[in-house]
Amino acid sequence: MTARSDIPPAGWRDWLTTDTPQSRTQARLGRAWAGWTAFRRNRLAVAGLLIVLALVVVAALAPVLAPYHPYAQDLNGRLLPPSLAHWLGTDAFGRDILSRLIHGARLTLMIVALVAATAPLAGLAIGTAAGYFGGWVDTVLMRITDIALAFPKLILALAFVAALGPGIENAVIAIAITSWPPYARIARAETLTVRHADFISAARLQGASSLRIILGHIMPLCVASLIVRTTLDMAGVILTAAGLGFLGLGAQPPLPEWGAMIANGRQYVLEQWWVAAMPGLAIFIVSLGFNLLGDGLRDVLDPKGD
Amino acid sequence: MMIDIQDLQIRFGQGADAVTAVDGVTLSVREGESFGLVGESGSGKSTVLRAVSGLNDEWTGRIAVAGTEQGAKRPRGFYKLCQMVFQDPYGSLHPRHTVDRILAEPIAIHGLGDADARIVRVLRDVGLGPAFRFRYPHQLSGGQRQRVAIARALVLEPRVLLLDEPTSALDVSVQAEILNLLRRLRAEHGLTLVLVTHNLAVVANLCDRLAVMNRGRLVEEMTVEELRRGAAREPYTLQLLRASQGYDRATAESFRDYA
Amino acid sequence: MTDDAPLLEVSNLRVAFPTRTGMAEAVRGVSFTLGREKLGIVGESGSGKSMTGRSILRLVPPPGRVSADRLAFRGEDLLAASPRRLRDIRGRRIAMVMQDPKYSLNPVMTVGRQIAEAYRVHSHAGAAEAKRRALEMLAAVRIRDPERVYDRYPHEVSGGMGQRIMIAMMLIPGPDLLIADEPTSALDVTVQMQVLAILDDLCSQRGMGMIFVSHDLNLVASFCDRILIMYAGRVVESCRASELHTATHPYTRGLLASLPRIGEPPGDLPVLSRDPAWLTAGLEA
Ligand SMILES: Nc1ncnc2c1ncn2[C@@H]1O[C@H](COP(=O)(O)OP(=O)(O)O)[C@@H](O)[C@H]1O
Ligand SMILES: Nc1ncnc2c1ncn2[C@@H]1O[C@H](COP(=O)(O)OP(=O)(O)O)[C@@H](O)[C@H]1O
Ligand SMILES: [Mg+2]
Ligand SMILES: [Mg+2]
Repeated sequence: MTARSDIPPAGWRDWLTTDTPQSRTQARLGRAWAGWTAFRRNRLAVAGLLIVLALVVVAALAPVLAPYHPYAQDLNGRLLPPSLAHWLGTDAFGRDILSRLIHGARLTLMIVALVAATAPLAGLAIGTAAGYFGGWVDTVLMRITDIALAFPKLILALAFVAALGPGIENAVIAIAITSWPPYARIARAETLTVRHADFISAARLQGASSLRIILGHIMPLCVASLIVRTTLDMAGVILTAAGLGFLGLGAQPPLPEWGAMIANGRQYVLEQWWVAAMPGLAIFIVSLGFNLLGDGLRDVLDPKGD
Repeated sequence: MMIDIQDLQIRFGQGADAVTAVDGVTLSVREGESFGLVGESGSGKSTVLRAVSGLNDEWTGRIAVAGTEQGAKRPRGFYKLCQMVFQDPYGSLHPRHTVDRILAEPIAIHGLGDADARIVRVLRDVGLGPAFRFRYPHQLSGGQRQRVAIARALVLEPRVLLLDEPTSALDVSVQAEILNLLRRLRAEHGLTLVLVTHNLAVVANLCDRLAVMNRGRLVEEMTVEELRRGAAREPYTLQLLRASQGYDRATAESFRDYA
Repeated sequence: MTDDAPLLEVSNLRVAFPTRTGMAEAVRGVSFTLGREKLGIVGESGSGKSMTGRSILRLVPPPGRVSADRLAFRGEDLLAASPRRLRDIRGRRIAMVMQDPKYSLNPVMTVGRQIAEAYRVHSHAGAAEAKRRALEMLAAVRIRDPERVYDRYPHEVSGGMGQRIMIAMMLIPGPDLLIADEPTSALDVTVQMQVLAILDDLCSQRGMGMIFVSHDLNLVASFCDRILIMYAGRVVESCRASELHTATHPYTRGLLASLPRIGEPPGDLPVLSRDPAWLTAGLEA
């Protein structure tokens, strides 16, 4: 027999949407396809996805895309308004704002990626453990979460940066440390709703360990809402990072971090508005992209309304 | 004796809010027997079953399964001996796991080899073809889900199957299929069954013996033969029997509360 | 509006839901007339029983669409009724009891006040009069201590009592027609019988008509006067309840055969095998 069951029968679309998948991979891809089909119907979400993808592409190809070097100063061409030579004008040192924004996309993306890779995972671990074990584990973990939650995020981040010293790495650490509590709360709430479900009881009755139940049965049910929340939070992370940069506590000169760029432009905001407005616009567009994407993901991953 | 329960007491809550859900239940089930536990909702049937299965560890009394006295925490080997099927086929399967993953899980936990062959065999056993193997629960009907739940319980080849209202959420035509399936599996695997239900007709169809519970107490034990003849001794059981015969204006008038 | 018109006339009722692959018809051409009787609608889950009951009061959830050649309550066209007229009919003339009382009762108002409000909305009676009627109604649904239950909140009463309260609330305006969608499925058999006795009395004493939706064949056969058996959105058979055992449609016969019975010896139950022809051949009652 040479027939392989993995070969799409009629077309790949039928293969993906079949009710009788033949393999693990097919089942998984079919599920992903169904999600994409639902996502695709939301125009705004697709727009958000395109913005976020554009950010990634711009960051990856920054040296190719940027017309100038981000640090190249031209003291004769300071504060030039947007023109054909400098599409978005130049700043106080005569650096091309567009080039700086393009390179700044790397910093923004790095901040977003680092925060997204740490805070939600920490929150997920803490929240599911608290929710699943209950009792004193829950009490201790949730009191810690409450305390962390009680401080305004920016102020706490400020305190951390002040203690650790300014710099973009410390800004990321500060943001990550201050942003896990909401994820822990979400994960705990999700855990509480499924903790007594029959399928969790069934797993216990098979002799599954608590770790196995949390990792294999509970976490998969929490990640959907965490992904949504993380995506929606990314706008806030970018703003906090920019805020720290603006206050001089985040990225240090001459790094083209968007928040720091606004800070540099603030003295000229009345006459040379573009110096501050262009990075502001970039922050706005990227934040909006993450928000739209998050809303779309919520409809796909978290269909509670149905 | 496969299952031996003596003076089982189970309380929930503390102080003034405490409820005694199970109050001094003593019963035993022979090996290979099919035993029915009937009663109205809240009478404590599920609570007894959950204590036997090891899901509930707050009980006093004595529970022995296959001759071994059981404590609050069960050794892993216990779960190979005794498995449970839940009432709601919509709540007892993990929504993000395929049938394949659901059935592979117990095999992995107990380190049994040969997962592929076992999964195919157990799926065939419960009357589902290999076509169902990679489906998600939302792609299955209620009856198919209940078959998967039964397959999950059987994959460890237990000797005791605890069934908590396994057909209550299903249509009668599907209920008939599941009851037939359980009868066949019992014969083929020599299973001991404990069936919790509020439906006397289901017990009459599948069980050899039954016990009636009311408000946490065991009211009466009888054989299904006696049930069929309507030869109950306790007035509570007689009332339950009458209520199961369909609506009758005069009968409804005669019902009273038994404490 | 004429008094000799049947209570309810339904002809070629259809309910459809738009889906990705076109319109999915949940009810496909149901017709029946109802007098002052207890009409049972039975069938498996998904056969369209609830949608049939709901479409009479135009309570089909969006985006569902209802159409019918005729849908008339005492000669009055319900499909053409204005929203205001419909609100007036709902509750006062036609009442509906659903399976789960928890979703239908307001959790932050005592049950007694809810019943009294239901009475006042339709009768414009004073507060004292409404309370008196509500207490009477609670007693009528066999609630032992109406004064005490009057001041309870919905979460403080048991399921069986909640269902009786729900019935009291629906019946206090004195409707001509009651649509009961699995009103007793969540209840224990003995409580179920008691609740049915209440409904039975109300039908015989007030001359109320009733549509009783249930999946329990035995129950419907023993409780109702007439039965419609639904399959995949159609009525495949209709008969007098007392003659259900002589039903001829293979679907009805299959359902009856698959029921376990206390008196029968154990053994495999006949399993229903579905004939695709049942989907197309419908019987217009
Ligand atoms: N986890 C729990 N916490 C508090 N009370 C419970 C719990 N489980 C069951 N009970 C109570 O125990 C009694 C028996 O419940 P149960 O065993 O589920 O009854 P049955 O299965 O016969 O319907 C009920 O009064 C119920 O409210
Ligand atoms: N909101 C909805 N969208 C799409 N289909 C629906 C919706 N609600 C019900 N249906 C379909 O209508 C059919 C009949 O439902 P229902 O009347 O509730 O059945 P029953 O009460 O007999 O169990 C079902 O097959 C169901 O799939
Ligand atoms: Mg139970
Ligand atoms: Mg229904």
